[in-house]
Amino acid sequence: MSHLLEVKGLHASYGPTNVLNGLDFSLEKGGVTTILGANGAGKTTTLRAISGMVTRSGEIKLEETDIGAMATADITRQGIAHVPEGRGTFVRMSTEDNLNLGAYSRNDKAGIAEDIERVYSYFPILKQRRTQQAGTLSGGEAQMLAVGRALMLRPRLLLLDEPSFGLAPLIVQELFAILKRINVEEGVSMLLVEQNAALALEMADHAYLLETGNIVISGTSQSILENETVRRSYLGY
Amino acid sequence: MDLFLQQILTGIANGAIYACLALAVVMIYQAIDHFNFAQGEMAMFSTYICWSLIAAGVPYWAAFFITIIVSFLGGLAIERIIIKPLHHAPVLSHIVVFIGLIAIFNSTAGAIWDHTIKTFPSPFPSGSFGGLIGLHEVGMFFVTLILLLAIFSFFKFTRVGMAMQAAAANPVSAELVGIRVAWMLALGWGLAAAIGAVAGMMIAPIVFLDPNMMLGILLYGFAAAIVGGISSPGGAVAGGFLVGIIENLAGTYIPAIGSELKLTVALVLIVTVLLFKPNGLFGKTIVTRV
Ligand SMILES: Nc1ncnc2c1ncn2[C@@H]1O[C@H](COP(=O)(O)OP(=O)(O)OP(=O)(O)O)[C@@H](O)[C@H]1O
Ligand SMILES: [Mg+2]
Repeated sequence: MSHLLEVKGLHASYGPTNVLNGLDFSLEKGGVTTILGANGAGKTTTLRAISGMVTRSGEIKLEETDIGAMATADITRQGIAHVPEGRGTFVRMSTEDNLNLGAYSRNDKAGIAEDIERVYSYFPILKQRRTQQAGTLSGGEAQMLAVGRALMLRPRLLLLDEPSFGLAPLIVQELFAILKRINVEEGVSMLLVEQNAALALEMADHAYLLETGNIVISGTSQSILENETVRRSYLGY
Repeated sequence: MDLFLQQILTGIANGAIYACLALAVVMIYQAIDHFNFAQGEMAMFSTYICWSLIAAGVPYWAAFFITIIVSFLGGLAIERIIIKPLHHAPVLSHIVVFIGLIAIFNSTAGAIWDHTIKTFPSPFPSGSFGGLIGLHEVGMFFVTLILLLAIFSFFKFTRVGMAMQAAAANPVSAELVGIRVAWMLALGWGLAAAIGAVAGMMIAPIVFLDPNMMLGILLYGFAAAIVGGISSPGGAVAGGFLVGIIENLAGTYIPAIGSELKLTVALVLIVTVLLFKPNGLFGKTIVTRV
């Protein structure tokens, strides 16, 4: 498999404080990769650095294109959809307007209408809520909307920041099953950040372990699962 | 009864002024999520540009549309050159900039066109409608409605209009769906300046043209926008007429108010509505889960 995203020497900071200290990692095309790490390790910051939402330096290549210095909107237009921490839906707008906005950079009207129906087929509850203000959706519905809006971009790469956050276990299972389907059926590559390491490793084929801004372990999910340190600190057995 | 009807009609006529200005206020609010206190002075400046064009022999409607385009570009330029560099600055510096803009436009207009009061032509026939309301006011009423329809359609049915609202409400998420937020802000300033120009050109035949023409009126414009609901162009127009009517009736029937204290009516309305219905009488209630 070839690399979809290749990151070298990635630094990121908020004001004077450095958060990422030169990360090297790559994502395989069509794969699901996860970044694990404790609170404050820099997982969210890594996704933000890819999307150009924080001050960063280093090389970030999306296939042939260098996106390391691009503005967020332009990175999105390269096909990277980001489901941010806290979902980031447009709370005053309806569910369907949120989905429409997800396709803002596209011009194919017919394709957009088709994709809205596809999102509704993945998440039927959203269809029932199509005219409801997004700010009034339940946590689970809002998370589905956030994922659905990201899909409306027809992304090459989906960045997911703790999609399970605040959801009931049953909803989490359902959401991850759908994410897996999207990955397999539509070939959307994913970079997944999760607190729930067991869930993330089950879903992903590759994993990186981040500790205070440095990658300390990397490998296939299988090898990570068998790693003693990871087991003890992140899986709890 | 006759006096009452007359006061209502005068109120509607004044209301048309406030409604027109309130539309500009709503426009900028939708685009940048706060008020532009220099809006009145910008509109005044635009009106002078139109006056100069007409004085130079340009036909009224040509001057009207040239002014709209120039104002649009001017609004765009102000955002790019003055507002954008302040993007991350605290609120206080924004207020200082607004005060600065007010001073700059006011004194520049005074320097170029001096402070003598000028008449400004109306595109509508002179005379009145059954002796009750001037034909200019009637024409202005329709201009306001056309403007309202245009703004409503822009926000409701166009991609850019939706994107502009999204950019104002949640800039981070807007960028994440590919909206170039910086350009949306500039566009919002441009459109607000253009609408303000229309308001100025419609108001000037009534209040006459001078650098301070907008001083009191803008407050009514804000009152109209707040009473109607800052999130709703239709509400702002309704609010404009309501403020016009209430102001007139209060001035006539409450002796203590008279014509000197009319301006306080605007303030009282703002405060009352903000207290009891913060989203305005016609504004969309914003429901958020906490
Ligand atoms: N906006 C900000 N300004 C300053 N510091 C920040 C900001 N956001 C994050 N940080 C700091 O950067 C570090 C990494 O934060 P980040 O959000 O990337 O962690 P995380 O791995 O996603 O944590 P969590 O699992 O709790 O979401 C933390 O020390 C945090 O305090
Ligand atoms: Mg995080």
